[in-house]
Amino acid sequence: MQQKKKAHLLDFERPLFELEEKLEEMRLIRNEEEGEDLASSISALEERVSDLRTSIYQNLTRWQRVLIARHPDRPYSLDHIEALTEGFVELHGDRLFGDDPAIVGGFAKFKGSRYGSKDQTVMILGHQKGRDTMSRKYRRFGMPNPEGYRKAIRLMKMAARFGKPIITLLDTPGAFPGQEAEERGQAQAIAMNLFEMARLPVPIIVVVIGEGASGGALGIGVGDRMLMLENAWYSVISPENCSAILWRSWDYKEEAARALKLTAPDLISLGIVDEVIGEPMGGAHRDPDVTFEGVGRAIASNLTELQKLSTEDLLTARINNFDSMGAFKEA
Amino acid sequence: MPWFKRKSAGIKTASSARNEVPDGQWVKCPGCSETVNRRELEKQRMVCPKCDYHFKMSSTGYFELLFDGKYELFDTNLQALDPLEFTDRKAYTDRLEAARAKTGQMDAAQAAVGEMGGHPISISAMDFSFIGGSMGSVVGEIVARSIRRGYERGMPVMVITQSGGARMMEGALSLMQMAKTSAHLTKLSEAGLPFFVLLTNPTTGGVTASFAMLGDVHIAEPGALIAFAGPRVIRETMGQDLPEGFQTSEFLKEGGFVDLIIDRRTLREEVIHLLDLLMEKDSTKTKTKRKPKKQKA
Ligand SMILES: [Zn+2]
Repeated sequence: MQQKKKAHLLDFERPLFELEEKLEEMRLIRNEEEGEDLASSISALEERVSDLRTSIYQNLTRWQRVLIARHPDRPYSLDHIEALTEGFVELHGDRLFGDDPAIVGGFAKFKGSRYGSKDQTVMILGHQKGRDTMSRKYRRFGMPNPEGYRKAIRLMKMAARFGKPIITLLDTPGAFPGQEAEERGQAQAIAMNLFEMARLPVPIIVVVIGEGASGGALGIGVGDRMLMLENAWYSVISPENCSAILWRSWDYKEEAARALKLTAPDLISLGIVDEVIGEPMGGAHRDPDVTFEGVGRAIASNLTELQKLSTEDLLTARINNFDSMGAFKEA
Repeated sequence: MPWFKRKSAGIKTASSARNEVPDGQWVKCPGCSETVNRRELEKQRMVCPKCDYHFKMSSTGYFELLFDGKYELFDTNLQALDPLEFTDRKAYTDRLEAARAKTGQMDAAQAAVGEMGGHPISISAMDFSFIGGSMGSVVGEIVARSIRRGYERGMPVMVITQSGGARMMEGALSLMQMAKTSAHLTKLSEAGLPFFVLLTNPTTGGVTASFAMLGDVHIAEPGALIAFAGPRVIRETMGQDLPEGFQTSEFLKEGGFVDLIIDRRTLREEVIHLLDLLMEKDSTKTKTKRKPKKQKA
C-alpha cells in the first residue's frame, strides 16, 4: 500500500509525503522506546504535517488540479456507476459500426433514496479510462471514436423514449485524434450529439468527474445541469495542446492551464457550471466514498428539481441556458 | 503521457495559409505555382483561372457573390470581451485589436439577410483572416442569431465555414458556442426550414464538430481541408502517416459526409436551384440576375 502510494505521488505532494514518512518513522521508534521528548516532537511534527497538507491542498494551482484530475487512482465512470446505482446493465454498440470501450453506458437504478430523493431507473453513461497498461490501451485512454458518440446518442434516445432521466459523466482528454476516427466522421458524430441532446425530452444531468477536454467532452455534455467535481477541469483544449499552439512549445502547460481558467470555480464564475461538488482533501481518490456521496447528493437534488418541470419548460430552459453563454457587448 | 507526446518541438502555421493573397498586382497560386493577375483572379471569384485552386474569400466576398444584389448586414456591433483576461505570448485584447485593424471587422464572422434568386435567406460567413476564423462568443452569437433569424422569419439558413475551430482565448465559453449554435438548429429543423452548409478551406475543430456537420445539404468547395483533428495534429500526436488527399472535400464526399462539391464560379446558380426545389412557394418569383452591390444596413 505504502509503495503504491509512492508510485502515484504527484510532484507537488512530495514534501508532504516526505514529512509523513518521517512522522511514521518516529511513531515506530516510539513504539519501541518510551520517552517524553519523542512524544512532544511527534506532536510537533503532526502539526507540521497537518499545516503543510492544508497549505498545499488549499492553494492548488490550476495545473496541480489538472494533475489531480488525471490521478491514476481517481474514481472513473464505472466506479461512480457502481457506487451510485444498482443493477447496472451495460449496453453495447452503435448499431452502425462497432462498440467503443472509451464510452460506457446503460440502464441502472439510481440509489436516490440514499441521497435524499427516490430510487429510480436512469440511463447513466460516461467516458471510461483504464487502470493498467492493457486496459488503458483498450479504453483508448478515455478518448472516444465516433462509435462511442453514436452509441451514447442511441442509448440516450432510447432513454428518452422510455421517459428515463439521463446522467452523463465526463472524463476525457479529448476525442481520439486518429485517422480512422476522422474517416468515420468524428466531427459529424459529435455534432449530431450536440443537436440531439439539445432536444431530448428528459432531464439530463452532466457531471464532470475528471478531465473535460474540448468537443470530445461536450459530445456527451449537453444537458440541463452542469455539475463538476472540485478538482476536475473542463475547457476548449488541454493545457498541453494549448501550449503547443499558442506558445509553440510543450513547455508552457502550466501557463496555459492558468490562462484557460479551466477549474470548477472558474467555470462557476463564467456561468457554465451550476454546482461544484467538493472533494476530500487531496483529491477524490483519497476517499472515494466521500466523493460518491457528494456526487450522489448533487445528482439527487438536481434531478428532483428538474423532474418538477414540464417537458416544454425543461427544453426551453435548456436552450435558453446555452443561448445565454458567452461574453460580448453590443457596442 | 509519453505516448501522447509529439516528437519535434514547435508547431508552425504555414504562412501561405495566413496571408494567401498579399497586396500587389501579381499573385502566386499555391495550387499551380503560376503567377496570376490579381484583377483576373478577382473576376474569377478568387479561383485560379489556370488550375481552379480556390483562394480564401472573405465573408463580404461571399455575400457579394451569393445575394441577388443588396443585402442587409446584422450584428456588426457585437464586440468580444476578454472574460478570461487571457494572455499567452500576446494578450488576447491585443490580438483582437490587431485583427480588427487588419480586417476592418469586429470579429471572425458576419451575418446578412438578402435574397438568392428571389428567395429570402439568412447567411452567416466566417473569416479565416480574423484570428484563424476561430469561434469565440461573438462568432457563436452571430451564427446563432443568423439561424434564429431564419426560423423566426421563415427563411432558409446558410452558413459558410472557414475556421481553425473554437477560440482558445475564451476557453470553455468558446466550447459552449458549439452547443449554442447546435441548439438553435433544432428550432430551425422543427420549423421545417432547410440549413445549407458551405464548407470552405479550412474548416476544422469545434466548428466542424458542430454546425458545419449539421446541414441538410453539405456543399464543399473543391480541395478544402475539412477535419475535426487536422492532419498535423494526427501526424504529430499519433505518429501516423496519412494517405494522399486525406480530409479534403473529395475525401469527405467519398466518405459520405459531403453532398456536393461545387466550384465557386457556379455556386450561386446551384444554391438557387436547391432553393427553387425546396422553397417551392416562392419559385414563381425566381430571377437569376446578378447584381452584386453591397448596401449596408
Ligand atoms: Zn493555380
